[in-house]
Amino acid sequence: MRKFKEFIIEKLILICGIASIFFVVLIFLFLLKEGLAVFNIVSPFQFLFGKSWYPISEPPQLGILPLILGSLLVTLGAAIISIPIGVGCAIYIAEVALLKIKEILKAGIALLADIPSVVLGFIGMVTLVPLVKNIFNLPTGLTALSGSIMLAFMAMPTIVSIAEDALYSVPKNYKEGAFALGATHWQTIYRVILPAASSGILAAIMLGIGRVIGETMAVMMITGNAAVMPQSILVPVRTLTATIAAEMGEAVVGGEHYFALFAIGIVLFIISFAINVTADLFLHKRQ
Amino acid sequence: MKKNSHRTQKIAFFFLFLATLLIVVPVGLIVVMIIQKGLPAINWQFLSDVPRQGMRAGGIFPAIIGTIYLVTGAIIFALPIGLLAAIYLSEYSKDSMLNRLIKLAIVNLAGVPSVVYGLFGLALFVIFFKFGASILSGSLTLGIMILPIIITTSREALESVPQSFREVSLSLGVSKWQTIRHIVLPNAIPGILTGTILGLGRAAGETAPILFTVAAFYLPQLPGSIFDQAMALPYHLYVISTQVPNVDEKIRYGTAFVLLALVLFMNLVAIIIRYKFRKKKKW
Repeated sequence: MRKFKEFIIEKLILICGIASIFFVVLIFLFLLKEGLAVFNIVSPFQFLFGKSWYPISEPPQLGILPLILGSLLVTLGAAIISIPIGVGCAIYIAEVALLKIKEILKAGIALLADIPSVVLGFIGMVTLVPLVKNIFNLPTGLTALSGSIMLAFMAMPTIVSIAEDALYSVPKNYKEGAFALGATHWQTIYRVILPAASSGILAAIMLGIGRVIGETMAVMMITGNAAVMPQSILVPVRTLTATIAAEMGEAVVGGEHYFALFAIGIVLFIISFAINVTADLFLHKRQ
Repeated sequence: MKKNSHRTQKIAFFFLFLATLLIVVPVGLIVVMIIQKGLPAINWQFLSDVPRQGMRAGGIFPAIIGTIYLVTGAIIFALPIGLLAAIYLSEYSKDSMLNRLIKLAIVNLAGVPSVVYGLFGLALFVIFFKFGASILSGSLTLGIMILPIIITTSREALESVPQSFREVSLSLGVSKWQTIRHIVLPNAIPGILTGTILGLGRAAGETAPILFTVAAFYLPQLPGSIFDQAMALPYHLYVISTQVPNVDEKIRYGTAFVLLALVLFMNLVAIIIRYKFRKKKKW
């Protein structure tokens, strides 16, 4: 009897163990189930490269290129800001900062990771948006640039913590060897530690960018939500994520618009899957 | 030459320091700003009253209650599954290929954009299972979303229990499950608790997964069952920031303050548990 009970428990543990795989597959299947129907209306090529997104006009125009470009533009801006600052901060924390300050800095960065994105979006609306509007003398501060700056902040905790881990796990004797050869601390960091940690830092950057592409609320609140082909970084844009969040409430279940929003979900899922698998490979290469 | 390279080092370190300030200072400013402008809005009426005059007056009570319901539901679903999954990974898994696949799935689950969870919850729970937009649908969606946090932290907690504890128990003829149940789990509880609270904090702050699965724009009465819609703090902040014009700044900052305080409080509790546990640990 006891053996039987134990058998049941162990099977239950196995089932829960593979639950993660089950859920990932389930998410993908349900996105496909609801989203693939859009390709009865438009071809995959038209969907991905169509330049107009007018989902409620008659007939609907379901080209998501403006949204893809919106996401790319905001992400690129966020990457340009967050990569140097994030990696620089990781180096500072891992190599330069004194032990006491190190803990405070790490706590501050963990704090940033904990702030809900809707709160950051709200703060961005009341501080960053008017600032961008005034500096560039624009009709509205709800622009791709505002979104990039805000998203850069959301990427930084990821970049800093994973890059710092990577720097920290470089064997200490590399550093000692460089010092013994007469290199300065900075030369050691630049020539020895950074190259040794490069795959981990690359993974950190990728995961940070993954967070940016998937971010929804803050980006929806401060990029202005104009689903048109972006002409510059100082105009309103709309991202893939914001489109789903803003429009799903109005889409009719089982309609073309609904299918198209799920198809955008498929695109996002595939992007995040690719980023996470690649980053994981880089992280394992390090070990 | 030597002098030159030292000057280079000074300049380089200065820029690294600058990069650090560029992150840490704004974080501090954000928190200070929310406390400074949000705290004056907090009073008993704000916390215990329903929103009035089209959300331009009154309080945020239904949103607080909604968030508590959602977070509780999410943890009821995610904790047992997450804990058993962690037990599998730390105690049972041998097959390295399957192990690798599970870890990859966890990484991916953690990386799926939050709005995609919203879509998934809509398709599976709201429509396919016909739960409708309800606390149940929202809780299950949030539960799946926080699963990776719970699995990862619980696994770390279980793996940090020394191998010798298990060996002694097994050598006394105790079965594997009994060993886990009575030896490994009790020693891993603080770590598991930490992960659970971190998961709660994450679930409390997320907006996108609840947009189409549960969140009500304006619902002054409290939900009566798990099949009802509910208001939630993060969604309420979104609504009064972008959807309703002319909301008093005080109310917006007050809502942001309550949400931030709730999330940071949970994270603080998690940190304290972790810290105390580390100090107490004798092995």
